[in-house]
Amino acid sequence: MSTLASLMLIAVGSAIVNNVVLSQFLGICPFLGVSKKTETAAGMGGAVIFVITISSFITGLIYKFVLANPFLLSKGIDLTYLKTIVFILVIAALVQFVEMFLKKKMPALYKSLGVYLPLITTNCAVLGVALNCVTYEYNLLESVVYGFSTAVGFFIAIVLMAGIREKIEYNDIPKTFQGTAIVLVTACLMSIAFMGFSGMI
Amino acid sequence: MNKYTERLYNGVIKENPTFVLMLGMCPTLAVTSSAINGLGMGLSTMVVLICSNLLISLFRKVIPNGVRMPAYIVIVASLVTVVQFLMAAYLPSLSKALGVYIPLIVVNCIILGRAESYASKNGPVESIFDGIGMGLGFTIGLTIIGLIRELLGAGTFFNMPFLSAIEGFTPITIFIMAPGAFLVLAFLVAGMNIIRKKMAAKGKPLAEPAGCLSGDCAHCGQSAMCTGKSAAAGKTADSAKQE
Repeated sequence: MSTLASLMLIAVGSAIVNNVVLSQFLGICPFLGVSKKTETAAGMGGAVIFVITISSFITGLIYKFVLANPFLLSKGIDLTYLKTIVFILVIAALVQFVEMFLKKKMPALYKSLGVYLPLITTNCAVLGVALNCVTYEYNLLESVVYGFSTAVGFFIAIVLMAGIREKIEYNDIPKTFQGTAIVLVTACLMSIAFMGFSGMI
Repeated sequence: MNKYTERLYNGVIKENPTFVLMLGMCPTLAVTSSAINGLGMGLSTMVVLICSNLLISLFRKVIPNGVRMPAYIVIVASLVTVVQFLMAAYLPSLSKALGVYIPLIVVNCIILGRAESYASKNGPVESIFDGIGMGLGFTIGLTIIGLIRELLGAGTFFNMPFLSAIEGFTPITIFIMAPGAFLVLAFLVAGMNIIRKKMAAKGKPLAEPAGCLSGDCAHCGQSAMCTGKSAAAGKTADSAKQE
């Protein structure tokens, strides 16, 4: 298969078919917590796209050239077991760094995304993407495409959810289901809808 | 009740992480497609939690306050790596079923939450018992949810034919797939809403949900360690981290 076709397959597969929230359950916290309004949901989704794309590139680089360095491997030193520790620290530092950089250099972008950046360190989707790239043995380009499209999947899910929640606000919901419970029922229905894509690949 | 049994009671019943505090929802939804998987995830989280509580409590006077979060993360991540390799060696099938969710124990908010709110303030023995209590509570929660999904979705009980042995029983397969997880959790939250109201009427209110499911970051019990909160509060956590 040609490179472009395989990249397309990764992109569609991770954005829609195996949606990060609705079928892999990563990033449930922001999905339920920050989905009350469409604007904030879009801001959160944008920040996640930004961070996951950069972090999948950086963690990919570190894995290729530091942890799984061919020179070290040939000497019998296998550092790949350190990946969980290294990735989580790199991601935490990266989010801080991105925030400082945006504040200094791109105040306009910082204004729209900045609020959501600190929320992302604890988002398990970021670490999940970095670890999945290693498991699936993606190269650097594939990792970035995978990271970007996974984050786009998150964006789609959280914006759709916020749109639906704005509508349900005015519905007559049974008292015990008000709040989180009805949101979870909505997520269940969305998840069923997304299962319809599973025939695509 | 001495303070050790009190810790166990607190973790399993009073502040059960799954049913009462609603913490760690990612693994709760993701790995409960069968009771065995839920049990395995719960036990591995418990092992990490006990060890991390012990280590953090031992080192609590050595770790400088400004870098405590990174220090906790390194401790937890090392323990998770150990557990991950032990599982891959001795329980390969379970390790395969749980997949990426084993390393993701690192970002499970129960572990860092207990480190921040209990182990960093109490002695090692109490912290171990706190870890056992919380871990047991989480394990019980995951196993019960897994059992419900497995019974409805496959008709089996810990992989043994149970309902499926009945003539004419058709399993509702959707329950062991992704949407079933959301649905079971929705009914669980609704059920807890009823129990909460009853207990409040009795004058013995349950602890509020502390995790992200409450959707209320301002009053979140985890706000000391979680960076996911409103912008103003987020800034203070950042400056603490940068020190």
